[in-house]
Amino acid sequence: MAKKNTVKRPAASSKFEELMTGTTVFNVPIPADLKALKGMSPIVIKQPYNIEYLHTYGQDSPFFAGLSNKKLLGTKCGKCNYTWATPRLACTQCGGETDWVELPQTGRVHTFTTCYFGGEEFLNETPFHLVLVEFDGVDTLLLSRLLGPEQPEDIKIGMKITAKFRRNSQLKPTDVYFVPAE
Amino acid sequence: MVSGGVSKFAKARPDATFQKMVKESFDYAMNDVPKLKHSMIDGSVASYFSDHFTRQLMAGIMAVDYLGLCPKPNKRIEGGGATGGLCFQAGWEAIASGRMNVCVAFGFETMSHVPTWKGNEFIALASDVNFDYPVGGFYSGYYAMMVNRHMHEFGTTVEQLAMVSVKNHMNAYGNPYAQKRRKLTIADVRNSTMVAYPLTLLDICVMSDGAATCILADEETAFKLTDHPVKITGVGTGTDMMRMSDRPHGEVLLAPNEKKSDYRNLKYPGVHSFRAGRSAGLQAYKMAGVTDPLKQVDFVELHDAYTSSEIQTYEDLALCKYGDGGKFVEAGYPFMPQIDYGLKLPKKGTIPVNPSGGLIACGHPVGATGLMQAVFAFWQIQGSIKKHYGDGELQLKKANRGLIHSHAGTGTYVTVSIMERGW
Repeated sequence: MAKKNTVKRPAASSKFEELMTGTTVFNVPIPADLKALKGMSPIVIKQPYNIEYLHTYGQDSPFFAGLSNKKLLGTKCGKCNYTWATPRLACTQCGGETDWVELPQTGRVHTFTTCYFGGEEFLNETPFHLVLVEFDGVDTLLLSRLLGPEQPEDIKIGMKITAKFRRNSQLKPTDVYFVPAE
Repeated sequence: MVSGGVSKFAKARPDATFQKMVKESFDYAMNDVPKLKHSMIDGSVASYFSDHFTRQLMAGIMAVDYLGLCPKPNKRIEGGGATGGLCFQAGWEAIASGRMNVCVAFGFETMSHVPTWKGNEFIALASDVNFDYPVGGFYSGYYAMMVNRHMHEFGTTVEQLAMVSVKNHMNAYGNPYAQKRRKLTIADVRNSTMVAYPLTLLDICVMSDGAATCILADEETAFKLTDHPVKITGVGTGTDMMRMSDRPHGEVLLAPNEKKSDYRNLKYPGVHSFRAGRSAGLQAYKMAGVTDPLKQVDFVELHDAYTSSEIQTYEDLALCKYGDGGKFVEAGYPFMPQIDYGLKLPKKGTIPVNPSGGLIACGHPVGATGLMQAVFAFWQIQGSIKKHYGDGELQLKKANRGLIHSHAGTGTYVTVSIMERGW
């Protein structure tokens, strides 16, 4: 009799994953009696749905220029002083216009999660941690990635974290990410 | 409301296009009020969430023509996960304004046309594409961040979340329309695959294909069509800022049964609560004359896309105070008194929440969901659950006043409608 193995291994799968691949078919059968058509199985085909899209960051563009220059930019309302960590040019608190300001590069974890799955575009990056970052003197938060901790249990709400920037900017909000502060 | 119908929600309906699914739910609703002739319908409102899932622009009119409702008025309603709830209210508006005597509100979604993770990508496009989506767009991740803050702020536990999953899956056991009918334990929920910490696969609703229809009429017409119409006595719609990071830290919008001193240190809504849900609830309560919802509402069908959002919603709807949502489920309040959940509950259920099984068990074909809730609530109030489910186990003894709640991610649009026995 085989000895029971104590090393934990992944279990063999119990079912095949649904695939989006298939076989090229150029013809399908049809019954001679048209009355049988309502019982016919559905025909399912695959078709592509790809587009290249020109996206403008519009009035938010300076934020991304800031990231590529290792600056974290928010906005501050000239009328009521409300300060936005995720920038917006119009203050929703008072209707005033805001100005660009530099944010501190150290903040705290307001909340977090670890994503083990994700939208298809991000699936190959899983698992990864998302955090909402809070900064002293700033009224709103910033969504970012947290790198460094291995497990969600290693992340604590309130822990100090510091911004890091990609050397080669991608002009994406992930040009900035956070790591636990020293 | 005089009638309703739901196509059975399924993971995939390759046998039917959206028009046919809508027709199934419409025919069911029409057959349930034989006195309603097709010619008496004045118009319709259509709801579906995502053009990406449908890959057919102007799908609304295609369903309208399939139902034979041309050339009467129609428009499409859309507002993320709350699409169905908004559509229900748009139907109510058509009647309340006097524009129509009979209005058909229908909705659908066909989510099986792409693999699950592509579907999650489509859904995540309903977050700011400048600042949020590109960081790792994933709705389960967004709700997981919210519940982590809720747990930090109030001490809510993952076992309390799991109790919601056990409850809703078990309720669905008696609902033949439900997509997932399973008897679960708290351990099953916690041991299932982790999706976004701390939410597991069984804390989260699934993708579905399906359609639902509600038929609404003015009071005079309603009594000509049925002896048991349900009256819509309150409607409320709330909104909040799309980016969770922008949610302010201000004061709680107080319900009539709350005092300012209840929330001395609470920064509201932050990311732990849904201001839109509270706002919608307060509007609907005011209109319906509800001052103590826990006592005055008999049951609730709410938008449990996540077990966590069900707990957050108890609080928004003032069924309990902010922070007490976890304890509320633990005490047993939202369970059905007649069902054995295999849990030790200190109290018998007093205000069943999601007696149908909710989104977690029934499925969530987005544009149909809010209307599905209205249909299930309508049957509860009519006392016709046995007729429509084929089994009366889920029929509540007292179901004179129900509340339905539809919610768009991450609490951006929320609708609350109050439905009451109309006869």
